[in-house]
Amino acid sequence: MKKKSLLGQAAAAPHVVWSVLFIIAPLLFVAYYALTDADGNFTFKNFGALFTAEYLEIFLRSACFAFLATAICLVIAYPVAYFISKTSPKTQKLLIVLVMLPQWMNFLIRTYSWMAILEDTGIINTVLGWVGLGPVHMINTAGAVILGMVYNFLPYMILPIYTSLSKLDPRYVEASADLGCNAFGTLLHVILPLSRSGIISGVTMVFVPSISTFYISQKLGGGNFDLIGDTIERQFMSAYNYNLGAAISFVLMILIIVSMTVMNRFGEEEGSVVT
Amino acid sequence: MENKKIIELKSVSKEYDGETVLDSIDLDIYDKEFVTLLGPSGCGKTTTLRIIGGFVKPDSGELLFDGVNVIDVPPHKRPVNTVFQKYALFPHLNVYDNIAFGLRLKKMPEKEIYDKVEEMLAMVNLRGFEKRNVNLLSGGQQQRVAIARALINSPRVLLLDEPLGALDLKLRKDMQNELKNIQKKTGITFIYVTHDQEEALSMSDKVVVMANGAIQQIGTPTDIYNEPVNAFVADFIGESNILDGEMLRDFRVRFAGAEFDCLDKGFAPNEKVDVVIRPEDVDVVAPEKGMLCGVISSVTFKGVHYEIIVNIGGFKWMIQTTDYTAPNSKIGLYIEPDAIHIMKKSEFSGMFGDYSTYSEEMDHLSDLTEEEMEYLSEMDEEEDESE
Repeated sequence: MKKKSLLGQAAAAPHVVWSVLFIIAPLLFVAYYALTDADGNFTFKNFGALFTAEYLEIFLRSACFAFLATAICLVIAYPVAYFISKTSPKTQKLLIVLVMLPQWMNFLIRTYSWMAILEDTGIINTVLGWVGLGPVHMINTAGAVILGMVYNFLPYMILPIYTSLSKLDPRYVEASADLGCNAFGTLLHVILPLSRSGIISGVTMVFVPSISTFYISQKLGGGNFDLIGDTIERQFMSAYNYNLGAAISFVLMILIIVSMTVMNRFGEEEGSVVT
Repeated sequence: MENKKIIELKSVSKEYDGETVLDSIDLDIYDKEFVTLLGPSGCGKTTTLRIIGGFVKPDSGELLFDGVNVIDVPPHKRPVNTVFQKYALFPHLNVYDNIAFGLRLKKMPEKEIYDKVEEMLAMVNLRGFEKRNVNLLSGGQQQRVAIARALINSPRVLLLDEPLGALDLKLRKDMQNELKNIQKKTGITFIYVTHDQEEALSMSDKVVVMANGAIQQIGTPTDIYNEPVNAFVADFIGESNILDGEMLRDFRVRFAGAEFDCLDKGFAPNEKVDVVIRPEDVDVVAPEKGMLCGVISSVTFKGVHYEIIVNIGGFKWMIQTTDYTAPNSKIGLYIEPDAIHIMKKSEFSGMFGDYSTYSEEMDHLSDLTEEEMEYLSEMDEEEDESE
């Protein structure tokens, strides 16, 4: 390893300062609060408090919802990304802008809009009422919460998959057809494995915000489906129990790290795409 | 080659964005043949191959396999396999899985697949490479895997798209021999695309010379070399002096201001023709004994022979001879009747076969001062190192 020049070190300085201030320091704060009580004494009590049926249920529910939302996103995003990558370069640009377009609006407004759409007297139920099929109760259900997650995070699944598909060399597809593989087989044996890196980033980018989201479940779940994010928010914003909130954050972080490790291990195992 | 026809192309045409890439091609390919499509880039040879493989649909025309039109048959149902330019090995599979790909699709039992893959690996000299990552193989090894991956499916026809283009010269020569041997051993029809005339001549049973989206000539390597049909073929295959001539009568032709006996006939009296004389077919003699006389403008040592550029009445000839003659000396040329080849005039007449630009370049180089020469050779060395 070469020693970095003085200039190189100077150039890296802002980044180092930034990382310390906004990544390392907050982590240390979280760790500090999680491991102390209200008077600042060292304790494991905060973590102990989480081993109750109530909190376990919240963790389990959050993991389930995030898993479902991620799976649904993947199922929807892959065909969409594939379709986009098959269009002309000009259309591709337009479609990608369209995918991103909703993201230009505020997250809260988008979630409120879904409330208006899903409510018992909302747009869908009004239409269903006209044709004599409704009303169907949709708001404040688990389905509504997962829908909110899928809707909000879908672009983060589409983009990385689209990127890996658009970079895929068409010669591999031709080679597959040449060797006797039909279109579906080619998708399964060639295109899917070769776009795995896109799938892994997509899954990461949807799963992480899904498992830690706090607003969607309150608005679309009507408070019936407490998730980890909501619990953390409540500890900080209404219960003022920073120590317990920090401990939950800590557990969430570990949960995410573990799932990502499993995910990446799964990605490495099957092939040697990375050279 | 009295085998049966396996592939027939009938007036096949293809346009891309209004530009004609193939202009009504007719081509018959026989069973067990090694056929080479030869031509410069953009001549339509790769498009022809891709039409046979099923990756390009022609705008018009027919493609027959064993007499059946297969234009609408998708690639995965055609009895052909392709060795792609730059190989296109699946990067997510190892050597074994790449080669086994086609057989697994046929649902062959894994035990049989194993035997066949091993057999293929032995044929391409890659035993022991089963578990290797294809991305870490050398170009030559990837090439062999690509050949094995295609051949294991026992195709009727193997298509090869400039398969040796990315290899260095030495490896290319070895692979040429190996490919030829594999073709003989397996008896599979090979359709081989290349722009390298030497490769085409040394490997093929039949060469198809293409230019501007049309077939110029089809024939055995010797036919193509000795009896080119027009100036393009004569120039593209080997070196040629191509002169304007006039066929006085059968077996008598006039060019370069003199009359010669030749072996060609069947032209109209006094018909304008192109005359081809290969550089190695001309004998250098004393000026007074020569049928033509000229002054040497440059001499280049090529190892096996000297390449001499001779100015005869303003037209610069290339001559290859093993005897050294000093530049600026006067020599005579003696041309046997069988060294003269007469061609009908074509769209390519007058475009090729004159070495005046070539020799000017040479003159320019020899005019350089010693300092400049040193500089140039240093540049060359630097280039070598950076490679």
